[in-house]
Amino acid sequence: MNATPSSARPEKPRVGLFVTCLVDLMRPSVGFAAVKLLEDAGCIVDVPIQTCCGQPAYNSGDRGTTRDLAMQVIEAFQGYDYVVAPSGSCAGMIKAHYPELFEEDPNWRAKADALAAKTHELTSFLVDVLGVTKVDASFDGAVTYHDSCSGLRELGVKTQPRRLLASVEGLTLVEMKDSDVCCGFGGTFAVKYSDISGAIVEAKTRNIDEAHAPTVLAGDLGCLMNMAGKLSRDGRPIQVRHVAEVLAGMTDEPPIGAAKANAIK
Amino acid sequence: MTVHSTSPQFKQNAARALNDVQLQKALGNVKQGFIDKRQMAADKLPEFEALRDSARDIKNHTLEHLDLYLESYEEKVKASGGHVHFARDAAEARDIILNICRETNARTVTKGKSMISEEIEINHHLEANGITPVETDLGEYIIQLRNELPSHIIAPAVHLNATQVEEDFRRVHTHLDAKRDLSEPVQLLTEARAVLRERFLAADVGITGANFLVAETGTSIIVTNEGNGDLTQILPKTHIVLASIEKLVPTLEDVSQLLRVLARSATGQELSVYTTFSTGPRRSTDADGPENYHVVILDNGRSSMLGTAFEEMLRCIRCGACMNHCPVYHAVGGHAYGWVYPGPMGAVLTPSLIGVDKAGHLPNASTFCGRCESVCPVRIPLPKLMRHWREREFERHLTPATVRSGLQLWGFFAKRPTLYRFATRAAMGALGFAGRQRGRFSWLPMAKGWTKYRDFPAPQGETFQQRWKRERKGARA
Repeated sequence: MNATPSSARPEKPRVGLFVTCLVDLMRPSVGFAAVKLLEDAGCIVDVPIQTCCGQPAYNSGDRGTTRDLAMQVIEAFQGYDYVVAPSGSCAGMIKAHYPELFEEDPNWRAKADALAAKTHELTSFLVDVLGVTKVDASFDGAVTYHDSCSGLRELGVKTQPRRLLASVEGLTLVEMKDSDVCCGFGGTFAVKYSDISGAIVEAKTRNIDEAHAPTVLAGDLGCLMNMAGKLSRDGRPIQVRHVAEVLAGMTDEPPIGAAKANAIK
Repeated sequence: MTVHSTSPQFKQNAARALNDVQLQKALGNVKQGFIDKRQMAADKLPEFEALRDSARDIKNHTLEHLDLYLESYEEKVKASGGHVHFARDAAEARDIILNICRETNARTVTKGKSMISEEIEINHHLEANGITPVETDLGEYIIQLRNELPSHIIAPAVHLNATQVEEDFRRVHTHLDAKRDLSEPVQLLTEARAVLRERFLAADVGITGANFLVAETGTSIIVTNEGNGDLTQILPKTHIVLASIEKLVPTLEDVSQLLRVLARSATGQELSVYTTFSTGPRRSTDADGPENYHVVILDNGRSSMLGTAFEEMLRCIRCGACMNHCPVYHAVGGHAYGWVYPGPMGAVLTPSLIGVDKAGHLPNASTFCGRCESVCPVRIPLPKLMRHWREREFERHLTPATVRSGLQLWGFFAKRPTLYRFATRAAMGALGFAGRQRGRFSWLPMAKGWTKYRDFPAPQGETFQQRWKRERKGARA
């Protein structure tokens, strides 16, 4: 990983939070949980005006729009010490794919490389870069954790969230079968190939159910919405949350896809 | 050339596959066995990851100098008394093979497993010309009886269950006792072996594929687990090796490195049961072997991949690990892909060989989970190459109009952050209000694909940027 040596790291690093479009629109509480975790770890957090990392266009073959959006993100975030996203997918886009977009443009390529080098997924930033080993939170009960694909395979996010979860008071982690297998979301795939996506998420939620934990966590809202939507459709009473909410001890909001009135506190 | 492909109907194929109870039961075997065995084999070999790098480098080097290695290979084959035929496309390959069969007055041809022979549809061509092809790999034999394509590149009949095979054997092997017991898989195997033994002895020509062609020696190499390949190439008077240009490898040393990742990636074996090297026809001192040795080297569109982003696909050594680890393949099986090569490798290769206009669905039907790339023994960046196909489709306006216009609308807002903030604030406010009671929607306009199988969680209502501005920026200013 690209952990910055502690000597080179500013004492109070300025972090630009890349909220991600899904968290921005669907579940702002995840963003505030990320802010709390970063501030608790000694960061100064700022949120520049932003829209999306461009992944929907990138994965649909629209390189032009992707490049425009990448340039927008680069310009908005280049001034921070670090860029952190509560998503392996969006952080992976910036870290692994932005440089590829500017192979023929050395000027922008250099900027994309610079941004990629300082961009991190939230839990990996806390553990690998800041050296955080525990969080100040408690959660009553068992959880199971789904490894979202981009975070896992593009950024090596696997042990970091588990390590932090282990420090949450009252929480036990129960591993599900095939936690590292895709949930079938895949962005527009879920809509374009809904039959196949439906079959994949069916297998995933079966594994979640068989873990016998009342809560499932993951680090990407896309996957979480997919799993939550399937669990509620099938009437499986399992709560779904972003891992940041639990790590920040901010679980007042109802779980993903759950009604406000039934919010369990 | 007409290619028989149902790739354009991928969605319908997939829907049918998802509702096929027998198929779904059979696919359960792919999900676990192959994956666990590969993992165990990889874990036992500390240098496995380094060998993957080396395998990638060997193939890259070969592809960079493919012309030289092809020439050198041809010379060596000739020097050992064999013949090399270059076929530009499937039709040429078919004609070459038919002519060789005719020269030897062949009536039956035995075949070892060869995906290239599926690609050029040689069986139909031979049959149409009065020659009987007999598949001798057990899986291939079974699907030949069923008149199907393989559904997996190393396990052609993986889509079937034993009871289906039993029915086929009873239907076709009518010369055997109708009351015989075939309830155990080993009984099916024994029966196939007995039936095939006669065909091996009667064959005039044997056709095999090749896993590798070695430039320094003119050797062709096959790896099998059943030994059928050996009987196919040793017993008949004529042996035809059918391979594509990217099977070239410079040296025997290179082959021994590639073999170390091939079987481990495919079946989790350290080596397959048989690894057979053939160099030229039978020499006077040989105990056995064919009198005539021919190699047909097929291009069929591959040389036009050289020098493009898709050149990386030509590293593929056909282990099948990508499909064994693919959630989409697990869900729909190999036939849904509609042509010879299924799974992630097929999603990249098929558009190159039959055209992205026909096979455009395949590189799109991926979640980009990246598991294929993470296990590929020659490190082909399969998701990246699938994305390249999506880019070609987008450039050529092959992307569906609804997707295009949706993207355009979304892009318009995403490129205008201020407008985006206002628009999303209004939209999420409304959606959050509508969904606040149940916390989810079981139906939403324009989201049928989503809500067909799952609810759509309701947004919290306020956007993050709105709340941040209210709580933090306002406070600070």
